[in-house]
Amino acid sequence: MTQMTFARAINSGLRKSLENDPKVILMGEDIGTLGGVFRVTDGLQKDFGTHRVVDTPLAESAIMGAAVGLAYRGYRPVVEIQFDGFIYPAFDQIVSQVAKLHYRTQGAVKMPITIRVPFGGGIGSPEHHSESPEAYFTHTSGLRVVSVSNPQDAHTVIQQAILSDDPVLYFEPKRRYHDKGEVDEGIDPRTALPMDTARVVMEGADVTLVAYGPLVKTARDAAIAAADDGISIEVIDLRSLAPVDYATLEASVRKTGRLVVTHEAGQSGGLGAEVAASITERCFYHLEAAPVRITGFDIPYPYSKLEMHHLPGLDRILDGVDRALGRPNSLSGLEG
Amino acid sequence: MSTDRNLIQLITPAGERISHPEFDPWVKDIGDEQLCSLYEDLTVIRRIDVEATALQRQGELGLWPPLLGQEAAQVGSGRALREDDFVFSSYRENGVAYCRGVDLTDITRVWRGNASSGWDPYTVNMATPQIIIGAQTLHATGYAMGIQNDGADSVAVTYFGDGATSEGDVNEAMVFAASFQAPVVFFCSNNHWAISEPVRLQSHIQLADRATGFGIPSLRVDGNDVLAVMAATRVALDRARHGGGPTFIEAVTYRMGPHTTADDPTRYRDANELEDWAAKDPVERVKALLERKGLLTDQVQQQVRDKAEAVAREIRSGCIGMPDPEPLDVFKHVYSAPNSWLDRQQDHYARYLASFGDPAGATSEEGAR
Repeated sequence: MTQMTFARAINSGLRKSLENDPKVILMGEDIGTLGGVFRVTDGLQKDFGTHRVVDTPLAESAIMGAAVGLAYRGYRPVVEIQFDGFIYPAFDQIVSQVAKLHYRTQGAVKMPITIRVPFGGGIGSPEHHSESPEAYFTHTSGLRVVSVSNPQDAHTVIQQAILSDDPVLYFEPKRRYHDKGEVDEGIDPRTALPMDTARVVMEGADVTLVAYGPLVKTARDAAIAAADDGISIEVIDLRSLAPVDYATLEASVRKTGRLVVTHEAGQSGGLGAEVAASITERCFYHLEAAPVRITGFDIPYPYSKLEMHHLPGLDRILDGVDRALGRPNSLSGLEG
Repeated sequence: MSTDRNLIQLITPAGERISHPEFDPWVKDIGDEQLCSLYEDLTVIRRIDVEATALQRQGELGLWPPLLGQEAAQVGSGRALREDDFVFSSYRENGVAYCRGVDLTDITRVWRGNASSGWDPYTVNMATPQIIIGAQTLHATGYAMGIQNDGADSVAVTYFGDGATSEGDVNEAMVFAASFQAPVVFFCSNNHWAISEPVRLQSHIQLADRATGFGIPSLRVDGNDVLAVMAATRVALDRARHGGGPTFIEAVTYRMGPHTTADDPTRYRDANELEDWAAKDPVERVKALLERKGLLTDQVQQQVRDKAEAVAREIRSGCIGMPDPEPLDVFKHVYSAPNSWLDRQQDHYARYLASFGDPAGATSEEGAR
């Protein structure tokens, strides 16, 4: 076990993938000499060369389209999108090509492309640097979408994403890049917990609290705080956003009877809506209360002085937990 | 405005072989026999187009994008390629597909609605034709970067139209290709029309001149001259194979038919224009050249006709005899590994179909209940 930052854990996972498979190739803006604006690819170009770790011109659609061509040629491209808000020029290539080519060619052409996206807010940045665009991609069939919440998963799941023959969106919570944790670099990604499974990170009896990416830490903190009030929260790290591991969620909700889902992305049409609907369909008779969503608002990401109002924090999550439990909360007395 | 570069031309519209010191050497191996073979290709491809259009009119195909008038651009370039070169085309390059050896039935598969790809790209080294305008130019560029990494000397060739040159993807592809000096050939079939929009709406300069701004050498060739197209393509391929990077070819041609069988060009273009281009017909000019050379014997004509008719018959029977896909095929190949969301939907839909007793009955829309 080694103590390392989240960013370093991804770097170490990328390094292993580059070492293990000569077809793995990294592409993106500023990922080479600079090592990425968050230093996630630090030192990799120096060690693997400019043909394996490629600094590209500033054209996101081209980065993605070139990755498609490389995949056609048998490569496993790992693409870095510098910030969440910069992914949209590549949207057409992701949705119309990356996601559909395997289906289009009846399985003849594989698209083992990993798209790394630093996402989410809380870092005091200007517009376009703090977005949570994951629902665009979870809605797109043909893609797998994951988000990691701790250095160990960051390290293992990036390798699993690269090993996947399907394209994977890998959402990195950028405000957690400097968080440190124990990482066992000896874990074999092929035998580790599969990428498309959720994980119960804290067991509890009263409420199931589902989070992913940056909010898993917030959810854990909320659960610890709630324990002081005698409320037992089961925290689930979703990890895979598409497909969602409903088996794990169902087992938890059948036990607790209550569901709270939280994410930074806006509420309407978001992943929380999908989780709430699916859990309601699957375990309606086990639910003691309506599912609760604690999310960002349906607004453009706000300027940084206001971002903490937009982002679900510990207290707002606990207010949602109170609602699920029928305890006094900010909406007490309101109908619906 | 840029200088009006002369078109590279080796055969005049009247069928006269004219000499061109720079490009003649690139087709010096094309003797009488090869010329007859090119004439056969052109004729067969035109016949395929006629047959497919008829199949659409008879309800056997949902849609067809005719390539009438563009046969020389497709044959001249398609026959210049090596087997290990890789083609990334638009939906109109069915003549190129024929040159790559695509199975005749497979050419109609997409247009009948039986699949989203007519063939396995790796069996003929030609990607599934692209419908999103210009998107394939990036795929070719990425593929070429892969060729470069592999140390191979094959080339990625991408086909697109005049309208596509306005797309961001095509421009970004040229930025990447130039930056990495990737072995890719940008083959632009300037057929003058992007559905109803004339090429002058896309560009105020000749399309070939656009490449200059990217630092990519370009050639402007008579796209209705099969020999000139072959020579230009060979120049570009040779440059790419030997580390010289990308080339942009503008093949000046004309879409004599509609954009697709769903289009009506009389709403937006003048009949005189079509007449002007009919006088430059790519098939007729090779026929005239063969006649001048005394090669157009009754025997040659009969052979070519027989081949074209045989191909047309095979296309028709292959198209009509194509088995319909199975209902549950709708779920196949979305992912390469199990996916819990989709597997559940498939399971539920299979149960739904089974609830009718006869699964086929459920797909007949109104009649199902």
